[in-house]
Amino acid sequence: MRREFVLATFSEEEKLVEAVRQVRQSGCKVYDVFTPYPVHGLSEAMGLRQTRLAYVTLVFGLLGLALAMGFQFYAAVFDWPVDVGGKPANSTLAFVPITFEITILLGGLSTAGAFLLRTRLFPGLRPRLHEEGVTEDTFVVALLRQEGSNETDQARQILQDSGARQIRERTVQ
Amino acid sequence: MSNPPTALGSALIEGQPSLRQITRDVSRPLDSRPSKSWFACLAVTGSALAVGTGMVAYQIATGIGVWGLNSTVGWAFDITNFVFWIGIGHAGTLISAILLLFRQKWRTSINRSAEAMTIFAVLCAAIFPLIHMGRPWLAYFVLPYPNLRGPLWVNFRSPLLWDVFAINTYLIISLVFWYVGMVPDLATLRDRASNKIKKFAYGLLSLGWDGSARTWVRYEKLSLVLAALSTPLVLSVHSIVSMDFATSVIPGWHTTIFPPYFVAGAIYSGFGMVMTLLILARSAMRLQKYITIRHLDYMAKVALLTGSMVAFAYAMEFFIAWYSGNPYEQSVFFENRATGPYAWAFWTMVICNAAVPQTLWFRKIRRNVAALFVISILINVGMWFERFVIIVTSLHRSFLPSSWTMYYPTVIEVGTLIGSFGLFFTCFLLFIRVLPSIAMWEIRELVGTRRPDSGEDG
Repeated sequence: MRREFVLATFSEEEKLVEAVRQVRQSGCKVYDVFTPYPVHGLSEAMGLRQTRLAYVTLVFGLLGLALAMGFQFYAAVFDWPVDVGGKPANSTLAFVPITFEITILLGGLSTAGAFLLRTRLFPGLRPRLHEEGVTEDTFVVALLRQEGSNETDQARQILQDSGARQIRERTVQ
Repeated sequence: MSNPPTALGSALIEGQPSLRQITRDVSRPLDSRPSKSWFACLAVTGSALAVGTGMVAYQIATGIGVWGLNSTVGWAFDITNFVFWIGIGHAGTLISAILLLFRQKWRTSINRSAEAMTIFAVLCAAIFPLIHMGRPWLAYFVLPYPNLRGPLWVNFRSPLLWDVFAINTYLIISLVFWYVGMVPDLATLRDRASNKIKKFAYGLLSLGWDGSARTWVRYEKLSLVLAALSTPLVLSVHSIVSMDFATSVIPGWHTTIFPPYFVAGAIYSGFGMVMTLLILARSAMRLQKYITIRHLDYMAKVALLTGSMVAFAYAMEFFIAWYSGNPYEQSVFFENRATGPYAWAFWTMVICNAAVPQTLWFRKIRRNVAALFVISILINVGMWFERFVIIVTSLHRSFLPSSWTMYYPTVIEVGTLIGSFGLFFTCFLLFIRVLPSIAMWEIRELVGTRRPDSGEDG
């Protein structure tokens, strides 16, 4: 699919955030913004939703907790109970440290995995819309050109007025 | 417009570098050919590593009878080294995770190398229990996998098994945290790579990072989650290590103070090592602008706090030994430690860990790089001796006086310790040559794009 983008380059974060806010106010959608570091106030300006990544941590953490506790209980009580001085086979307290570690391990690994899936990062991938300096000192606003609409041109004017260093069009296959 | 992080950032980073300048400064060691002094250091650490490798190979081939252990002192040098190295790692996690949760901006300049230090220290630590098994090729026996022996499960009630889980989890989560934190910087290196090998390697590792705002939002959440998980994790790791001792019935080990005491000691020793490394690295790599005297000052304050906690724990152990009225406890503390044949080790520990850090109350000393360097070395020495004292003096005079004996390390054991230092410093030397030792994106965030000459308050 051929897609045409308008890419506006900024060199200051304050101007960038303001420009993004105005573009959105004008009714034009911001396709994405690329920055060399997390810019505060940008996700609000773009109207991004809160990420739900932490729910993954919760679910998999609880899963780890249940698995670890369940397995230790199964091994100690059902599968191979060992009589140590007549003490009860189910020594739950002694299972807590390992349960804790597995909870952390599954919670952390699953969150990192979900992050990679959700952000489509994978070893060896090349970024598709990549402007020079975006990982160093350049901020780029990307607009996707809508067919038969002049919204993008209006937004382009807004970007121009709010201090973009450079604006160019780029077609991505 | 007020922007507190930037105001603080300009105070933490000297000279208001531009974003491009930050990249140049941090990646300078990666761009240039290694200096002669780097090769000299690598020769020293590489030799130490070679000595250690030889010693480990010998003791695995011969059996751990080559150690100075005897039937009274069944744990000594090897476990001392294990606890020492695990402790070293804790400062890295404190800096990267706990200080992130507390929003301490000064962690930014030092978190990357401190986390790297954590990983190398845990690797060094992991060697020791592996050798201690005697037959390390059977190490997988500690994992609860379905087997043809019943299946016979591992003993989930044993603190030694808790250790297996704690340390593996710690290593894995620390690696993930470290790597995730590095991805944006690897993308920076990918984009400025000048040769094919670098382009390929950094391209592979940077996962196609494009700096999208949507990615950043999730990225910051991921960092926060990993920090929130690592914080209790790091506290649990040394607590569990301390339970290797505390859950036994050996006087001197069987105390409830052990988990917090070990955690404080771990962070204290870790900060000692972070200071040693960073004082050397900042001048060798000309990063004084980023790792300033102020950073050293803050680290010294953490060392002072944790060192004082350790000193308090020493005093409390003695008090409880006396107050409990338990003659075995009293014998361990008053006769075996403070005045016994290992008194020299005990007093080395007390001087290095309880007395030396008290000099850090003085601002002049906290801001004197040479003094801090000496203190950081003494902290490392003291904390190594702490573990030695706890382990050996509690064992060498057991309940039966007829089995009282002394423990002396053999050349093999000392060589293994030297080897672990070799491994640690070799890893660190390689790390500063191939990966950005300062989190560039975090420094950028701290400094921002606002310049003092732009007319706004910086």
